Amino acid sequence: MAMLHIVNKSPFERVAFDSCLAHASAGDAILMIEDAVVGAVAGSSFSGKVKAAMADKSVYVLGPDLAARGLEGKAMEGVTIVDYAGFVDLTANNDTTQSWL
Amino acid sequence: MSTKNFLFVNRKAPYGTVYALESLEVVLISAAFEQNVSLAFIDDGVYQITKGQNSKGIGMKNFSPTYRALGDYDITKLYVSTESLAERGLTVDDLMELTYEDADDDYAEKPSIILVNREEMAAMMAEQEVILSF
Repeated sequence: MAMLHIVNKSPFERVAFDSCLAHASAGDAILMIEDAVVGAVAGSSFSGKVKAAMADKSVYVLGPDLAARGLEGKAMEGVTIVDYAGFVDLTANNDTTQSWL
Repeated sequence: MSTKNFLFVNRKAPYGTVYALESLEVVLISAAFEQNVSLAFIDDGVYQITKGQNSKGIGMKNFSPTYRALGDYDITKLYVSTESLAERGLTVDDLMELTYEDADDDYAEKPSIILVNREEMAAMMAEQEVILSF
């Protein structure tokens, strides 16, 4: 039973992203949207945690939210950039969805 | 009307919440009252002035070009936290080139962004008379 975890808070401001990573299971998918997309940037003090999650989970980031914040092209390797159609696919292809508000 | 040292502290990323835009609105209003205005970009606030922002995909107005106009309103001191940039994997090269024309120096174009560490930021804050936080 794969779950899609959706995070929308910056990991530098709230603990929601940390909590998501702590509760996600192997085989789950994690999608960063809105302010959470800053967590996808390479070389930050948070990037190590995202990299660790990639060991057994797939990690995605919403491209339009990256672009809005001028962070297009700064996403770390291994994070898949998706558009809104990709967002829909993720919700459809996972059994359940959990939003970490 | 007396002139005071005003500081606007920006600590939130743009677009996810309305804080950044609201701060900018109040900053522009304050310019009309001819106060000595400084801006601080700390924590996620540094994302407000990244270059290349393109918000078409999220259907929101890209208000980052407005920061370029601040110099014309005599708002020329934008203090950016070096620690906040580093923690986020960013450098000053990831920020917009914000400048102003110095009327006291033959209108020479000068940078508005002042990179400071926490200690220097604290010293600048200690000089303020009115602090508004966003």
